[in-house]
Amino acid sequence: MSNVMIVGVGGQGTLLASRIIGKVAIKAGYDVKVSEVHGMSQRGGSVVTYVKYADKVHSPLVFEGEADFLLAFEELEAYRWLPYLKKDGKLIVNTQQMDPMPVITGAMKYPENIARKIRDKVNDVTTVDALSAAMEAGTVKAVNIVLIGCFAKNSDVDKQIWIDVIKETVPQKFLDINLKAFEMGYNS
Amino acid sequence: MKKLMLGNEAVARGAFEAGVTVVSSYPGTPSTEVTEVISKQYDEIYCEWACNEKVAAEVAIGASFAGARSMTAMKHVGLNVAADPLYTASYTGVNGGMVAVVADDPGLHSSQNEQDTRNHGKASKIPVVEPSDSNECKEFTRLAYELSEQFDTPVIVRLTTRVAHSQSLVDVGQRCDYKLKDITKDPAKYVMMPAMAKARHAIVEKRCDDIAEYGYDCAFNKMEINDTKIGVITCGISYQYAKEALPDASFLKLGITYPISAKLVKEFASKVEKIYVIEELDSFIEDFCRSLGIEVHGKELFTKLGEYNPQMIKKAVLGVDAPELIEVDEQIPVRPPVMCPGCPHRGMYYILKKLKLTVCGDIGCYTLGALAPLNSVDYCVCMGAGIGMAHGMEKARGQENTKNVVAVIGDSTFIHSGITGLIDVVYNKGVSTVIILDNSITGMTGHQQNPTTGYTIKGEPTRNVDLVKLANAVGIDRVVVADPFDLANFEKVVKEEIAASEPSVIISQRPCALLKTVNYGAPCEIDQEKCKNCKMCMGLGCPAISNNDGKISIDASQCNGCTLCMNVCKFGAIKKVGEDNE
Repeated sequence: MSNVMIVGVGGQGTLLASRIIGKVAIKAGYDVKVSEVHGMSQRGGSVVTYVKYADKVHSPLVFEGEADFLLAFEELEAYRWLPYLKKDGKLIVNTQQMDPMPVITGAMKYPENIARKIRDKVNDVTTVDALSAAMEAGTVKAVNIVLIGCFAKNSDVDKQIWIDVIKETVPQKFLDINLKAFEMGYNS
Repeated sequence: MKKLMLGNEAVARGAFEAGVTVVSSYPGTPSTEVTEVISKQYDEIYCEWACNEKVAAEVAIGASFAGARSMTAMKHVGLNVAADPLYTASYTGVNGGMVAVVADDPGLHSSQNEQDTRNHGKASKIPVVEPSDSNECKEFTRLAYELSEQFDTPVIVRLTTRVAHSQSLVDVGQRCDYKLKDITKDPAKYVMMPAMAKARHAIVEKRCDDIAEYGYDCAFNKMEINDTKIGVITCGISYQYAKEALPDASFLKLGITYPISAKLVKEFASKVEKIYVIEELDSFIEDFCRSLGIEVHGKELFTKLGEYNPQMIKKAVLGVDAPELIEVDEQIPVRPPVMCPGCPHRGMYYILKKLKLTVCGDIGCYTLGALAPLNSVDYCVCMGAGIGMAHGMEKARGQENTKNVVAVIGDSTFIHSGITGLIDVVYNKGVSTVIILDNSITGMTGHQQNPTTGYTIKGEPTRNVDLVKLANAVGIDRVVVADPFDLANFEKVVKEEIAASEPSVIISQRPCALLKTVNYGAPCEIDQEKCKNCKMCMGLGCPAISNNDGKISIDASQCNGCTLCMNVCKFGAIKKVGEDNE
């Protein structure tokens, strides 16, 4: 049984990431449920998607203290959703920081030293600069695939299955960039 | 073959397998993908975006009368709009099977209220079918057509957000070879004048009893007898939560939640010791159980608000506490949804805020103009309401006192139900100013075509509604088209139109920043030497502009180069990357 929670900011490509993980889990022979976010909350808000895979999955959602993996596309979002991670769960966090509107308007401050605070609370943390890696691969839009690469490395599913699913999922013309991004995440 | 499918995608598959040939819908989260998937994947099915849910339902009713299997899909509040035709289609019944897919939104992920569609089922006496995962979405939709034809009734397939927007495995089948039924002239069934409708009402009442009886032993309802100490009566996504929380309990999972089989509920009650009714939103099943004199535990333990989860069920039924959590004791800034970088609505709201106007808003991305820092929208109720509300304010407080009131409405929303409000303003001698946001697409639900865009759901060119001529035709003489990024002109236009002593329409025209055709080129950047830190640009509420300890900067990965911020900077401190602004 694996409960995966993917958190980020609307527009970062969390939806595609959850779909890829879902497809991979099916190829690996699991029952799978993926829960997505559409509509208003997608517009630059805090977004959460879930992938659950096991012999049999009932609830498509992951709740507080239940996530085996927290894959965070942004630091503040990692921090916000930390209570959803199991005490011995794994956290993968992109070091990117994006100001939410209360910070932009000056009503609040972006919390300082999130990375350190997270490490104080969670044993198993992997940080990755997915934005730089994605830019190096060829486009900022590949941030999600870099993070998928990083997640793949930490998963118990064969690397080739991940590559096969990416080939099936992303448009042909962006395939090379995405495969490069995946490798960069996998080897980070 | 098993495929991973979104609930909505599976409903579309169910329609395909049932031999449906006509689908008409209006987009609305969380229902939109039902119709989108049909338009993209199933060319055998005629499919359209209608002007609103009422028209969509009427198209589906007409197709059913013509002998086809038909579908209409909408969000829960869309059912309020479609209620008029559906309530009477309940009386006429169908010819070809007809299904209305209605997606509720417990937790209000993307909605203005949390209404429970099952109440509409009961009020209209239309049966309500509720799947709990994608495979059931497909199967229940397919079977709903058989139910519809067997009992001569439209059927509501009720989804909730977590069913509609979760993916799970679906057993994919073949499309059935459905032949159009003959059309017969039958005014007693199809012409709902008082005498005929009176007779049909008796048929409808009997039909409700018949379907309840059918529910005792049908493919929709399922009894699972395990440990009999705890019995759970549930439906939809709540079944999945309860099953995870109470794997050993006995279950009565209702796939038809209206009308409910009393015999089935009584039988289940006789087999278990203590009964919990676990259902999100209203106490619908619970009330029915109590009406039978069956003692159940329901809303005194579970809320009518928002979504459920397995932990709350475990706590309420077993007294088991949630797992120990990693605690974060710092206050974390919220991250509400925002208008995108480059959004055309931003320029408009910037001016409305500057002029301190009272804004009667409407439903769409532009409702986000209510949030800081634009704080512009003062009222928002439902699709199309803004125009009528502005007119009502004027009639309540007088023209001279409501010069600062404007209505703001999207292009698709205006066609949906704004046009009637505008006619009302003209007819009843109002002087409201209505701003129609023409961004060339239906934005919030994820880019659907609409009658103003000039394209059908299939992307085929079609006649588009000319908003200027339309406004002229209903009697608006003052119609101005203005670019919301030309702030000086937009401000001038708004001032002129609110001052006018006759009704007026401003068409705020600029395409949605997320359209592929929109390309503003290089992002903007701030010349730190010229920046005086006046924070005028921050007032736009653009997510790409941030203030790090007094240093204002633009995030190039978010900025789409729209240059609106250049427009508001009085010191010429903002320029496009790679360009000289001397």
